[in-house]
Amino acid sequence: MLERLLEVNNLEVSFKTYGGEVQAVRDVSFHVDKGEILAIVGESGSGKSVTVQSIMGLIPTPPGKIKNGEVLLEGQDLLKLSKRDMQKVKGSKISMVFQDPMTSLNPTMKVGKQIAESITTHQNIKGQEAKERAIDMIRRVGISNPAERYEQYPHEFSGGMRQRIMIAIALACHPKVLLADEPTTALDVTIQAQVLDLMKNLKDEMDTSIILITHDLGVVAETAERVAVMYGGMIVETAPVNELFHNPKHPYTWGLLESIPDIDAADKKRLVPIEGAPPDLFSPPKGCPFAPRCKYAMDVCVEEMPPAFSIDSGHEAKCWLNDSRSPALKELVAAGRQLS
Amino acid sequence: MTETIIQIEQMKKYFPIGKEKTVKSVDDISIEIKRGETFGLVGESGSGKSTLGKTIVGLEDPTSGKIVYNDLDLSQLNKKQKRQINREIQVIFQDPHASLNPRMRVGDIIAEGIDAHKLATGKNRQDRVYELLERVGLQPEHAKRYPHEFSGGQRQRIGIARALAVEPKFIVADEPISALDVSIQAQVINLLEDLKEQEDLTYLFIAHDLGMVKHISDRIGVMYLGKMMELSDSDELFRDPLHPYTKALLSAIPIANPEAERRERIVLDGDPPSPVDPPSGCRFRTRCPFAMDVCAKEVPEWREVKEKHWTACHLYNK
Repeated sequence: MLERLLEVNNLEVSFKTYGGEVQAVRDVSFHVDKGEILAIVGESGSGKSVTVQSIMGLIPTPPGKIKNGEVLLEGQDLLKLSKRDMQKVKGSKISMVFQDPMTSLNPTMKVGKQIAESITTHQNIKGQEAKERAIDMIRRVGISNPAERYEQYPHEFSGGMRQRIMIAIALACHPKVLLADEPTTALDVTIQAQVLDLMKNLKDEMDTSIILITHDLGVVAETAERVAVMYGGMIVETAPVNELFHNPKHPYTWGLLESIPDIDAADKKRLVPIEGAPPDLFSPPKGCPFAPRCKYAMDVCVEEMPPAFSIDSGHEAKCWLNDSRSPALKELVAAGRQLS
Repeated sequence: MTETIIQIEQMKKYFPIGKEKTVKSVDDISIEIKRGETFGLVGESGSGKSTLGKTIVGLEDPTSGKIVYNDLDLSQLNKKQKRQINREIQVIFQDPHASLNPRMRVGDIIAEGIDAHKLATGKNRQDRVYELLERVGLQPEHAKRYPHEFSGGQRQRIGIARALAVEPKFIVADEPISALDVSIQAQVINLLEDLKEQEDLTYLFIAHDLGMVKHISDRIGVMYLGKMMELSDSDELFRDPLHPYTKALLSAIPIANPEAERRERIVLDGDPPSPVDPPSGCRFRTRCPFAMDVCAKEVPEWREVKEKHWTACHLYNK
């Protein structure tokens, strides 16, 4: 039996702006099991970063506001914790790696000290012992000459190395969950491969669960065990990774998969883009957020928000096409809609 | 008219930094781009691919070497020829947020080239702007709006319309889709492909997303630390990469299929060395799993190892 480590239920987050209220995250629920890698994919503005920032308590309030929901880490609701208690949870039980390693390290502080600081803050380890632990972490993230590297400053490291240091800081106190927000997006492809391998190895070694946020389906396929697809502030489909790529049940997921070129294909096919643009979250549509761009949209899609239809064990899709009353895709195509 | 539209001969572009150091951003590169093809240029950060593109467009002057466009040496042009070439060679930039003037209306942004080259005025100018907007999938009424009213994908379409306005023959597209979302990338790629057909364009397509480069390119050149490592037809390059760097690069692409046959991933150790002080001999030797003694001593020769498939690697020196 898999152990539910982190559970997010009915999360709603919005931001007040001069233009009105942006409903960035709308009724999002998901969970992560122990030792599992869950990927959250979605495009800019889909709400994926806001979701993990809420878990970490990083939403600036105001303008942001968590309007509803709970974030249960081993049964404890993180949203109800005081700032001080949350500070204790951060780093020791849950920690985060950001996209840009250039801006998330302190440029005036030795890299080793920054790792040691994290250890000292969260565990009662000080001085020489903290330093030794930090050097050990530098070694574990695959950097040679860890003792010398401990004494260096961030500018002496390359982008890939800095991201390794960020991972070392995040994992220094053996957290239960690591949130990684686009950790390899700023890196070159050969360095990305190194960092992803490193994260997978450390996950196995330290038994840490990972929530990986990315827009790259290639990274998802190679790294994740389960996937949640976000669109317009909602999770529109969740499935085990093989199931998502081979039996996707939401037209948005189909669209994403069709818009990337098949690198192994011998002949060139024209790409099939998703026409149109993502919804305006100032006034999100009352029905399915994808309906305006969906080739198969029916009347009900515009009128009513689709519930999560259960497809298979662990596979859910919020799309009316999965309702037994909906016409089969064949009929929709016959009615003049194109099937790609 | 020859078959070659752009010929680059032994081009170097060095940037001085400090007193005695130089960054050898592009170091002795020779390539030909054929009329009507899409030439893809790939490489990682610091490989010099963008500098090569900028030098061709004339945003940088080469330190040495020649760029020949339609039999004209670009360094030997008179004023009139220069104006003409500035029309015929256009560029599309990566960041659609930074490359459009936020204080100008979209119609005026697109018409800048038309005005500069005095191609049309008054009603004709307006009609041309409307036509261009429609060509790139926008509406005529968008001409009155400002860049901030558009999404990233739409802004990139505006950048494309601006390039098309002066009826170019050759377009350098420098990472034109890197800043866009996946579903929007495909829209822009399809647009670029359609325009190429309709306007008989030639593209130099610079990118680091190897999947997209393969999709759009006829031929691909692979750069590393200022040097061209390998060059061939794009299918051939993916089917039979010769240079160890190309092999590693291709094996590192994450494939969007969890059950894809696991290619053997060649994981390179470490990071690319600094272009200020590149390794002697072959630039890739410090990370190459097959490095031999000769690699440190001699710069590998640029050779045609298979038909129309060039590489610079001592492994193929027989």
